[in-house]
Amino acid sequence: MAESHGEAKGQAAGAHTEAEGGHHGGTFPPFDSSNYASQLVSLAIAFVALYLIVSRIALPRVGGTIDARQNKIEGDLAEAQKLKDESDAALKAYETELANARANAQAIGNETREKLNAASEAERKALEEKLAAKLADAEKQIATTRTNAMSNVRGIAADAAGTIVQQLAGVTPDANAVNSAVDASLKG
Amino acid sequence: MKIDPIHQFNIEPLFTLGHIGNHTIAFTNSSLYMFIAVLLIALLMLASGRDLVPGRLQSVAEISYEFVATTIRSTAGSEGMKFFPLIFSIFMFLCVSNLVGVIPYTFTISSHLIVTAALALLVFFTVLFYGLYKNGLKFFKIFVPSGVPIYILPLVMFIEVLSFFLRPVSHSVRLFANMLAGHIALKVFAGFVAMLGFSLGALGWVGGVLPLALTIALYALELLVAFLQAYVFAILTCIYLNDAIHPGH
Repeated sequence: MAESHGEAKGQAAGAHTEAEGGHHGGTFPPFDSSNYASQLVSLAIAFVALYLIVSRIALPRVGGTIDARQNKIEGDLAEAQKLKDESDAALKAYETELANARANAQAIGNETREKLNAASEAERKALEEKLAAKLADAEKQIATTRTNAMSNVRGIAADAAGTIVQQLAGVTPDANAVNSAVDASLKG
Repeated sequence: MKIDPIHQFNIEPLFTLGHIGNHTIAFTNSSLYMFIAVLLIALLMLASGRDLVPGRLQSVAEISYEFVATTIRSTAGSEGMKFFPLIFSIFMFLCVSNLVGVIPYTFTISSHLIVTAALALLVFFTVLFYGLYKNGLKFFKIFVPSGVPIYILPLVMFIEVLSFFLRPVSHSVRLFANMLAGHIALKVFAGFVAMLGFSLGALGWVGGVLPLALTIALYALELLVAFLQAYVFAILTCIYLNDAIHPGH
C-alpha cells in the first residue's frame, strides 16, 4: 500500500527518512492519508468494543462493588450507632437504678437510725425514771431513818437529861419540861 | 549509526482485512495497540476482584472509576453521569494506550492525528446532537453569552461560533502534538547516547551520560504527559458536554 505515494519522496525532508527503508517514502507517517482508513476502521471496532465492555459490564460491576461497600459501611455505622444508643440507654438505666438504690439505702439508714435513736432515748428515759424513783425511795428511806435516828436521839437525850437532873438535884423532873428543853437545845 | 526519530510513528500493516472502495483496510501495528489497550482495560476492570476490602488491582479499577466519576460530577454536574461510559472509555483508552506507548519499541496510537481527530469529532458530534436533542433551539444560547452589550454581541457571537467549531481541532491537535513531540524528543536524546558512543568510542560513552540523564528526565516527563493528556482530553470532553447539558452560561 505504501508504494503508491512515492511522489512525496523527492520533496521536503525526505533525505534521512529515505535511508530507513524505501517503502514508507518521505511522507510523515501521521499525515500519510493512505493508512487513515485502516486506522479509522480499527479505532471504530476497538472503541465500540471498549464502550460496550465498559458500559455493559465493567462500570456496573465496579460501581456495584463500590455501592455495596458504601451500603455495608453505612449499615455498619447505623448498627454501631444503634448499639451505642442501646448501651447508653442501659448505662442511664443503670445509673438511675443505682441512684434509686442509693436513695433507698439512705432512707432506710435514716429510718433505722431514727428508730434506734428513739428506742435508746426511750430506754434511757425509762432507766432515768427508774433510777430517779429508786433515788427518791432511797432518799425517803434515808429521811425516815434519819428522823427515826433523830427521834431516838431525842428520847435518849431526854432520858439522859432526866437522869442527870435526878442525879444532880435528886428530883425527878417533869417529863414534859425535859422534852421541851431537849427540843430547844436540839433546835439550837 | 542513523537515528530516525520518525520511524516509531510508521504504520506497518500486519495483514489485510479487505477493501472499502479503493482503500485497503489492513490490520496494522496501530490496530494491534488499540486492541491491546482495550484488552488491558477489560482485564483491569473485569479481572479485578469484588471484595469488600479491595486488593491492589481492584483498587486501581475502583480509583479509575471514582476518578472519572468525580471529574464528571465536578465539571458537568450529576446529569453528566449519563456520559460516564463514554468519558470513562475515552479516558481509559487514551491513558492506557499512552502509557503503553511510553514503553520502548511500542507504538503510540494517539501520535496519529487521525485517531485523536476521530475521538475529538466523536465528542463534538455527541455534544452537538445531544445539545440539540435535549435543549432544542435553546442549545444555541451557548453562542450568546449573557450580560454582553448589544452592540458587541454580533462580534462575540461570531467568536463563540468560531471557537465552538474549532474545538475538535484544538481538542485533537493538543493530544496528538504532545504525544508526537514528546516521543520525538525522547528518541532524539536517546539517539544521541548511541550516536556519541558508536562514533567517538570510550570518550563518546562518557560524554553520553548527559543525554542519557536528559532521556531519563524526559522519560519521567513523558509518563506524566501520557497520563495528563488523557486527563486533559477527558476533562475537555466533560466541559464540552456540560455545554450540551446546561447551554445557558
